Amino acid sequence: MIDFLKRLFGQTGSSATAKERLRLVLMTDHLELAPDMIDAMKRDLVDVISRYVEVDRDRIEVNFEQQDRALAMLANIPILSVNRPPVNRAGNGNGNGNGHGRAAEPAQAAAVAAAPNVSSPGAQAATDSIVTRRRRRRKKNQSIPAGAKPATAH
Amino acid sequence: MSSRRIVITSGKGGVGKTTTTANLGAALAKRGKRVVLVDADIGLRNLDLVLGLEKRIVFDLVEVAEGRCQLRQALIKDKRFDALSILPAAQTREKDAITEEQFASIVEKAAEVADYVLIDCPAGIEAGFRNAVAGAAEAIVVTTPEVSAIRDADRVVGKLNDRGKPIRLIVNRLRQEMVRSGDMLSVEDVCEVLAVELIGIVPDDEEIIDTTNRGEPIVLDENSRLRPIYDKIVRRLEGEIVPFTNFDQPGFFGRLLDALKAG
Ligand SMILES: Nc1ncnc2c1ncn2[C@@H]1O[C@H](COP(=O)(O)OP(=O)(O)OP(=O)(O)O)[C@@H](O)[C@H]1O
Ligand SMILES: [Mg+2]
Repeated sequence: MIDFLKRLFGQTGSSATAKERLRLVLMTDHLELAPDMIDAMKRDLVDVISRYVEVDRDRIEVNFEQQDRALAMLANIPILSVNRPPVNRAGNGNGNGNGHGRAAEPAQAAAVAAAPNVSSPGAQAATDSIVTRRRRRRKKNQSIPAGAKPATAH
Repeated sequence: MSSRRIVITSGKGGVGKTTTTANLGAALAKRGKRVVLVDADIGLRNLDLVLGLEKRIVFDLVEVAEGRCQLRQALIKDKRFDALSILPAAQTREKDAITEEQFASIVEKAAEVADYVLIDCPAGIEAGFRNAVAGAAEAIVVTTPEVSAIRDADRVVGKLNDRGKPIRLIVNRLRQEMVRSGDMLSVEDVCEVLAVELIGIVPDDEEIIDTTNRGEPIVLDENSRLRPIYDKIVRRLEGEIVPFTNFDQPGFFGRLLDALKAG
């Protein structure tokens, strides 16, 4: 019966998925940027932001979206720590990114914005403490990212 | 009045360019137009076969380009129509055996003796595509309602836009029942994604295989299901406003019927 209703309202099947996937892939095609250019742009973007806050490099998502007639780039950059003084950032901004050991990571309330979210200090503090632990752990097996993952599309 | 020079192209291979070229050409000729079909698929020629003219080839496109024969010697007249002829591609040469300028000038020459020159473009966006497009003033992009075909069509649309060629779209091999069940992109979806003017919707139909087997264009078969479809496309090409039958959007009752049948 559910099947019957679904068919009736035309909601079965994969065509909606096809359309959404096409929409996204065509947008990046239209950028005429090679995928590795997009990756490089993403890395640079993250490097800049990392001078001010510590971000979770493994979970960055960069997508492109049509907004009216223009193309918008939407970056979702989880922020791990906002309270570190920028001075420390400058020196190791590049290498200090991206650790291993993410598997053991507890669920975290990462801020979702390109700017530190100061409106909820409580959540922020919690995130920060998790991060501090994580950073220490990471220091032991200092690993340099081999290269950014390609942006994931939803 | 100058004649129309139209390239039939797609990006992706096997979506129906040659079938479309042959049947539109035949339909135009049936309406009394003088038509030359140019097979630009050097090395993989097929237009002759689809039209049942493969045994009559003497010269080909590359030989015309190299000045080894006159264009009119290479044109094969289709005796079933008053004024349909094809210029076959060379079968044993490479795509770069001819330049864009040579191609354009051959098409120009053909246009002197025709109302329509339709160019059957090879798949891809390399030399063969550039040649075929160089000769054309406008384009018909053929796609199927599948993601990879549409993505490739989009690339081609971009390249045609860059060259300032007006574009019309044919959605080929549509399966209505799949659209209704939500398992295939609808024509509306395809048009929205590609943002190109629609000129035809051709269903997926085994009739095509049968007519291709026999080398018979569809317009010659009075009982063909697809005949009215190609006729309509040709009328739209001619500037007539022909409404699309609503078979790609059956609405509630179409779906109700399908749902009842399936369940
Ligand atoms: N509407 C249709 N319904 C059923 N089969 C079709 C339809 N259109 C094309 N075909 C079949 O699809 C196959 C490919 O068609 P065709 O040769 O016209 O494509 P093409 O784009 O010219 O291919 P290529 O890129 O190799 O030149 C053929 O077997 C043809 O019979
Ligand atoms: Mg072909």
